[in-house]
Amino acid sequence: MVTLSHYLILSAILFAIGTAGVFVRRNLITILLSIEIMLNAVNLTFVAFGRALGSADGQIIVFFVMTVAAAEAAVGLAIVISLFRHKESLNPDSFASLKW
Amino acid sequence: MGSEALAFYVFGAVAIAASLLVIAQRNPIYSVLLLIASFGALSGLYILLDAPFVAVIQIIVYAGAIMVLFLFVVMLLNAPHEETEYDERVHPLLRPGPMRFGACLALVLAIELWWALARGVDTGAFPGGAVTSVAVIGRSLFTDYAFAFEVTSILILVAMVGAVVLARRDDPRERRKPGER
Repeated sequence: MVTLSHYLILSAILFAIGTAGVFVRRNLITILLSIEIMLNAVNLTFVAFGRALGSADGQIIVFFVMTVAAAEAAVGLAIVISLFRHKESLNPDSFASLKW
Repeated sequence: MGSEALAFYVFGAVAIAASLLVIAQRNPIYSVLLLIASFGALSGLYILLDAPFVAVIQIIVYAGAIMVLFLFVVMLLNAPHEETEYDERVHPLLRPGPMRFGACLALVLAIELWWALARGVDTGAFPGGAVTSVAVIGRSLFTDYAFAFEVTSILILVAMVGAVVLARRDDPRERRKPGER
């Protein structure tokens, strides 16, 4: 039988994978993708709790999280493009100075 | 094992495996495509949770729109690999300093969350009365959450303008004063 705990544990594993991705990878695009993994893990938690409580609020907040994720992806990728133009690199270690 | 439990474990395994491969790939194109696979599996989990609306917008908005944006940028920049020699030589999980610390931190986070959840009360099966109707969600969205919904539209507008401004080619030759030749 699949219970709420199963979904929460799955979501915790996915969130931890996303966290590991942010720390381990040295590529700005992969770091943004790891953030998307974390956002999705949280979405899964919201939907699972909404289902357990018999409420529509869990699904509505997922709608908002997706909107924020879209905005974050658009702005984040614009920053990546602009950084790549300056340094021809996606390695975050190349962007150690605040101004160039 | 019921068919629902089987579906949960299959979708969950696909989601975890695809997410792990996302952070194990060196080429961002494969990462993006694997993340789409992961989102597909999550969409299946949403259907198991009786949330068809979320499952559909997961596919359309996330896998369809946001991931295509990522794919577009990866192809536009044409820099598929983490290019330094060090990156080629040393596996990501074996690197020193903050990276190893970060990996350990993530592992500790996973174990801790798992431990906390496993110790919790047995939640039992989901109760009946799931909200599957899009009409109910829509009504709630446009009445109780109307303000948040409108703020969201402003957020999207700001993000759009911000993306255009940030990604604009900042070429000094194009920054002539009006009327100047």
